[in-house]
Amino acid sequence: MLERRPYLDLLTYTVLTLGVIIIAFPVYLTVVASTMSAEQILAVPMPVLPGGHFIENIRTVLGRGVGESANPVGTMMWNSFIMAMGIAVGKISISILSAFAVVYFRFPFRRLCFWMIFITLMLPIEVRIMPTYQVVSDLGMLNSYGGLIIPIIASATATFLFRQFFMTVPDELTEAARIDGAGPLRFFKDILLPLSRTTIAALFVIQFIYGWNQYLWPLLITTDKSLSPVVVGVTQMISRSGDAATDWNLVMTAATLAMLPPALVVLLMQRWFVKGLVDSEK
Amino acid sequence: MDKKVVFHSRWLPYLLLAPQLAITVIFFFLPAGEALYQSLYLQDAFGLGMQFVGFDNFTRLFTDPLYLSSFQITGFFAVGVAILGLTSALLLAYFADRVLRMASFFKTLLIWPYAVAPAVAGVLWLFLFNPSIGLIAYWLKMMGVSWNYLLNSEQAMGLVILIAAWKQISYNFLFFLAGLQSIPKSLLEAASIDGAGPWKRFWSITFPLLSPTTFFLLVVNVVYAFFDTFAIIDAVTQGGPGKSTEILVFKVYQDGFKGLDIGGSAAQSVVLMAIVVGLTIVQFRYVERKVEY
Amino acid sequence: MRVFKSSSLALLVLGSLCANAQAAVEIQWWHAMTGPLNDKVNQLANEFNASQTDYKIVPVFKGEYDETLSAGIAAFRAGNAPAILQVYEVGTATMMHAKGAIKPVAELMKEEGEPFNAASYIPAVAGYYTASNGDMMSFPFNSSTTVMYYNKDAFKKAGLDAEKPPVTWPELMADAKKLKAAGEGCAFTTDWQSWVQLESFSAWHNVPFATKNNGFDGLDARLVFNSPLHVRHITNLRDMMKAGEFSYGGRKSESQAKFYSGECDMFMGSSSSLASIRKSAKFNFGVATLPYYPDVKGAPQNTIIGGASLWVMNGHKEAEYKGVAKFFTFLSKPEVQADWHQSTGYLPITMAAYDLTKKSGFYEKNPGADVSVKQMVVKTTDKSRGLRLGNMPQIRTVIDEELENVWSGKKEPQQALNDAVKRGNELLLRFEQTAK
Repeated sequence: MLERRPYLDLLTYTVLTLGVIIIAFPVYLTVVASTMSAEQILAVPMPVLPGGHFIENIRTVLGRGVGESANPVGTMMWNSFIMAMGIAVGKISISILSAFAVVYFRFPFRRLCFWMIFITLMLPIEVRIMPTYQVVSDLGMLNSYGGLIIPIIASATATFLFRQFFMTVPDELTEAARIDGAGPLRFFKDILLPLSRTTIAALFVIQFIYGWNQYLWPLLITTDKSLSPVVVGVTQMISRSGDAATDWNLVMTAATLAMLPPALVVLLMQRWFVKGLVDSEK
Repeated sequence: MDKKVVFHSRWLPYLLLAPQLAITVIFFFLPAGEALYQSLYLQDAFGLGMQFVGFDNFTRLFTDPLYLSSFQITGFFAVGVAILGLTSALLLAYFADRVLRMASFFKTLLIWPYAVAPAVAGVLWLFLFNPSIGLIAYWLKMMGVSWNYLLNSEQAMGLVILIAAWKQISYNFLFFLAGLQSIPKSLLEAASIDGAGPWKRFWSITFPLLSPTTFFLLVVNVVYAFFDTFAIIDAVTQGGPGKSTEILVFKVYQDGFKGLDIGGSAAQSVVLMAIVVGLTIVQFRYVERKVEY
Repeated sequence: MRVFKSSSLALLVLGSLCANAQAAVEIQWWHAMTGPLNDKVNQLANEFNASQTDYKIVPVFKGEYDETLSAGIAAFRAGNAPAILQVYEVGTATMMHAKGAIKPVAELMKEEGEPFNAASYIPAVAGYYTASNGDMMSFPFNSSTTVMYYNKDAFKKAGLDAEKPPVTWPELMADAKKLKAAGEGCAFTTDWQSWVQLESFSAWHNVPFATKNNGFDGLDARLVFNSPLHVRHITNLRDMMKAGEFSYGGRKSESQAKFYSGECDMFMGSSSSLASIRKSAKFNFGVATLPYYPDVKGAPQNTIIGGASLWVMNGHKEAEYKGVAKFFTFLSKPEVQADWHQSTGYLPITMAAYDLTKKSGFYEKNPGADVSVKQMVVKTTDKSRGLRLGNMPQIRTVIDEELENVWSGKKEPQQALNDAVKRGNELLLRFEQTAK
């Protein structure tokens, strides 16, 4: 056991508490702001204790769009959910297959395929957004979940992580499987897939959040309001260039709602999330 | 770097690769090719008239001192985000590792920023630091700090680095914590018996053992700072004051999407793609070597 | 069983097809209106949709003005442009020179046989969107102009006459000193610095912002806002900033928060900010015209408009155009316009709507709401009609950047304005090359 030093323990708790306060403060303030009335939030300085209008604000935000106003936040959350799930599941499915192919097979043009996929590793969609829009529109995919989801799947981050993980799977397992007469698909299904559980979980978290947090792409390709995700909705409520005043309390309520699902996903899955990432990284 | 034991099949690998290759070709290579093509033309916003101008768009870029300074700004920004994000995450992870029982509690609290969308994060921090309505801005003023990132470039740069690092801290923290927890306690105990204090133990054992994690995170953080931070810049400074926070990705977006200069922004896209390809290769070389060890 | 299922499915599909055939023609309207204005836009569409059954206007929020324009252009390039696109005033030249992409509103109304009389519109509004042949190119929708708001309570506190806002810049600077001396945080701030302090400033003083009548007469116009008058003005603002009297809040409409929070006592911005200021300010305030330099001949002239207009995009079905024309007729009805003007603070775009509002006693109940209109109903000159400059959104960014360099003390006003003109002219040249 390492020595115990009282001053070090004190330092530990001080640093951690300060760190948590600093890092969680913006989130805390958002939640607090979402409990205030329009007047309370504009007071200078803004109070840092809850204001007691939470239920009212939630109701207003969720109810916005009933009748003649914008989209209800509920619908937008559902859209975000579909989009995030689509991106997470779609990306994991195509990536695990292609990583399997690249790692476990030798075939002509393997290197070419490899580089074709991995060159996309780090290029965000914002950089090629105009031409991508053109392609999506040519394919008639504007205003569809497909158009929201598939172009974002075109990146190799997940393939990369699966590849890294597969490289660490001992060759003995493969050999044993071959001796047992198991074909590649059988090996994939019975051995590789169960082993990849944590990597899949980690990727699910990453991709779900990535998908949930998309902003510019959905803004560009959805002209149908009923498809717009909640992150777009939150920014829509802020009057940045407009001439109308911003209802900050409602914006903050919507922001609180918008960050809840991804936060839940991280919190519920954090154990696999970290383990999966670290395993495949090592 | 390659598996020694592999399967053989004439068609299966292609079948497995097909979905990803198809998506990559349609939604990556096609648009990228389009960008390359457009970078050689001068055209109006609506694409009604096009003139071939050769490398004119590129020449214009690299003779524009403002574009070159955008490189510097991006570099500074990326280094700032990486250093701040990594050191503070390491600090927190180190102390969280010391209090194992409480670690998951702190982890739960520290993980939140990861879930916040960059577009929302920008809004949220604006709400704190905006010189007119921001709460922290108010506190700063009370303390006698003349806070106005709208005109003070250093403050503006500091603020966007702070926000970008904040978004990334959870991710770094989780990796560092996992890395720390995998360091055998016996090593540290042995050093302790030899009389090494916590400070010395950290630098002589912990830090070197963490270096693979640190390097990996460094690459991830730099890439993040280069490409994923545009929503933050857009929400907070829009590149200002002057051009002091205009990073490359924001400039592409600004010139192409907002300024409607299709050719010029396509040329910038091409330059960025080249940088990305470079970074990808660097990362692969590093990762490949590491796996070999 | 299975047969039954599939045939009932077929019936269902058939049924929905029939329903579709009878349904109203959908018309997409992309806009950039947020918050209460977004609600108002939806309300307008609903009213129109309820008034008839043939057409259905579908308003879609597409982000800020520049995002909406880009989205519209991207959609056009991909063959999916909306029928109606809201474009902010600085995008006018871009739209106007895209001959194959747009359908001029005057032409549309004539083709569809809808009553349309350009003369019934307020000149300074219509003029901005009118081609050199006199045809109105787009439908003026939300037009605002630049005005000054001031805090009457703070004026009283500083011993100033609350009913006498400064009329000239020298007066404003003197008042600012007194306000500052009375312990006010900052005396003056402005939204949209390029629009208010340079573009509208030029029109107000009847001096050119660019050659070729501000670009109305040709693509080869060049910027000239580095004249001694402009430099003098920016230098004055810089000096006020050094003295702590002028405070800068941001490139867009962020500064108005400084006004209604009580931090700054005089604020120049859009007339359409009136509603939000009325909602948020906890003090008595007044609305006044922009100040001017009394030694400049021809000042004050008129301020120029901001806001946006509605453009009709090419490539749609005849039925859609019919619906668009009907919708525009609906939008220009005096009572619709008057309601829009009164509830949003935007200018009434027709004289009839102005008269209707005046008769209703609205201006008595809402003092200050007519300042903007009065500023606009004068006859415009070649220099005050508006701006018709390509790449104007980017030029505004350049101006913002260079002015920020002045405020932060990095550049002298003359130098910054020269640089802005030089960089802006490069953008104009580039536009000229592409628009040929």
